[in-house]
Amino acid sequence: MSVVLIDNVHKSFGSVEVLKGVSLTVERGQVVALIGRSGSGKSTLLRCMNGLEPIQSGSIEVAGHKVDQDDKHLRELRKDVGIVFQSYNLFPHLTVGQNIMLSPRITKGLKTAEAKTLAEKVLSQVGLSEKFDAYPDNLSGGQQQRVAIARSLAMQPRLMLFDEVTSALDPELTGEVLAVMEQLAKDGMTMVLVTHEMNFARKVADVTVFMHQGKIWESGPSQEVLTTPRTPELKSFVGVDIK
Amino acid sequence: MGFEFQFEPIVAEWHLIFDGLMLTVWLSLGAIVLGSALAVVLTAARQLGGQAAKLLVEAYVELMRNTPFVVQLFLIFFGLSGLGVRLSAAEAALLAMTLNLAAYCAEIIRAGVDSIHKSQREAGLSLALTRRQVLQHVVLIPAIAKVWPALSSQFVLMMLASSICSFISAQELSGATAIVEQRTFRSFESYIVATTLYLLLALALKAVLGAVGRVAFPRVSGLARVQTKGEAA
Amino acid sequence: MMTSFGWAEAFFLVSAVRWTILLTFIAFVGGGILGGIIAILRLSKSAAVRRCTATYIQVIQSIPVLMVLFLSYYGLSLAGLELPPLLAASLSLGIYVSAYLAEIWRGAIEAVPFQQWEASASLALTRGQQYRYVIIPQALRISLPPTVGFLVQLVKNTSIVSVVGFVELSRAGQLVNNATFAPFKIFGVVALVYFLICFPLSRLSRYLERVLHVGRAH
Repeated sequence: MSVVLIDNVHKSFGSVEVLKGVSLTVERGQVVALIGRSGSGKSTLLRCMNGLEPIQSGSIEVAGHKVDQDDKHLRELRKDVGIVFQSYNLFPHLTVGQNIMLSPRITKGLKTAEAKTLAEKVLSQVGLSEKFDAYPDNLSGGQQQRVAIARSLAMQPRLMLFDEVTSALDPELTGEVLAVMEQLAKDGMTMVLVTHEMNFARKVADVTVFMHQGKIWESGPSQEVLTTPRTPELKSFVGVDIK
Repeated sequence: MGFEFQFEPIVAEWHLIFDGLMLTVWLSLGAIVLGSALAVVLTAARQLGGQAAKLLVEAYVELMRNTPFVVQLFLIFFGLSGLGVRLSAAEAALLAMTLNLAAYCAEIIRAGVDSIHKSQREAGLSLALTRRQVLQHVVLIPAIAKVWPALSSQFVLMMLASSICSFISAQELSGATAIVEQRTFRSFESYIVATTLYLLLALALKAVLGAVGRVAFPRVSGLARVQTKGEAA
Repeated sequence: MMTSFGWAEAFFLVSAVRWTILLTFIAFVGGGILGGIIAILRLSKSAAVRRCTATYIQVIQSIPVLMVLFLSYYGLSLAGLELPPLLAASLSLGIYVSAYLAEIWRGAIEAVPFQQWEASASLALTRGQQYRYVIIPQALRISLPPTVGFLVQLVKNTSIVSVVGFVELSRAGQLVNNATFAPFKIFGVVALVYFLICFPLSRLSRYLERVLHVGRAH
């Protein structure tokens, strides 16, 4: 059963249409990279998948939940779908451990001891066990982003969404985050990532989807799409974006 | 006594209320004009004068901002009359309002001046302008334009504070309302009328100040909205 | 019969300070609780609730505090309630406080970056949980400097509650002045006492603003 079913989705911001009939499916264990220029609609599409942006027409079903704007439905969905943002969005007034334990405790009812064990587990998964009691502003950008990933993982999601998670990082810090994401993929997590890291997409993503002006322009196995682009738009995009 | 509101007796005393309203308007406008002028002088003294001038201005501002207006009013009205200077209640009110407003405005304008990037000042000095000329021609107007909303708020607050002048029996709106209340025995209705008039005055003053701001400072884009909720990417 | 301004008079003045302080405290706590509720209602999902609270705040901020005092006092007496002066003054000032604090606190909540709302929503928190665990802790920090600044306004505004019959520091000054006619000495002392209360609070507000602006959220 597909983890993500997007069917003919249209979305506008005011009078500007940013998604013009997008359809996409993601199977279990697949890693899908969404690439494209700014304004192509890729981040918007990702944010529609966990209901952060409402759609005007079409349908989205994610991890067995239908995505609408009903608060209760969205909360249930968000227990199964994790998202990591470009600006990490850690809670500054809580320690790393508290950041990770918060939602499992109050939305899934875990006892503090259980939550702590879970938090320690996901924190070691991202390689930051020693930072359990640190505050976010004492960490580097790369460390904060890894904590953000751990925070989402603690919800034990069936799907992980990544919205340009390395774009705000200094080049030497992106490696540690990408390594975590690569391990997650190897462990079988279903992932959709919006990224500018072409090499990462080629290496780790099963499928790469190139978006242009609100439509899916090309999509297919990453190796194919990225090394032999067929349309002129993707050719120029990949030509420009060689890393 | 039941909840019967009788506004007719208030309306009968309308001329009193109207005179009071007019005095409030005049006092407010006077304080705004004079207080702003004084505030500019204080700002200049602070920026251009030496350490002593700066300290004096800061002391004045702190004193006015950390004591209640009614006490300042009493000091001026009763204090000066004790020294032989007999001011009418309205004159004392205007003086007190001016001095008080000047202190608040000086502080607001100072914040505006400080927010002007020093590169502006450097450019002016590099063009051989004196410090006074830099302040006058390069810094002051943009500073005031930036803080115009805050200044406008302060002006409206001063207009509302004019009600306190009734404490020295000035016949502005509150003072007049007190007399109407005594004459008609309709306390609640009297103050409803007064409150409504203050509300209308505040709205009118805000509108006028907004218009003045748009006319005088056309190119200052008010409060920039930096709300990027979901960029199309 | 005129008396001179001696130590007895000075003592009378200074001891009136405790009424000023007591009134400030009651009005701040009472008005603060009401203001907090109004601030949250002001951000409600219901447009009608938002408009009501916005109007309440707008009206109170557009009329003199003196009018708030008179209206609540005479309004309550119409309802048959003859309140003792301290209670009348506290209630009236409390209403004034609630509007201003509601606006300050709403501003603080809105100053919490919207990404914090998104991140907490994405972790499946309910709106109430978002407020309790993520938004309000951060809004509290942001609201501290202007709240302390407003406290200064409140102390100064206690100076006019004599209109509802309560004798605080300024009224005490008037009474002593009526007896001794030494306005400079009397109101000088009164002003000094207010200054000694308000100035440290003003400095505290400015200090908090400097300190709390360090440490950005992500």
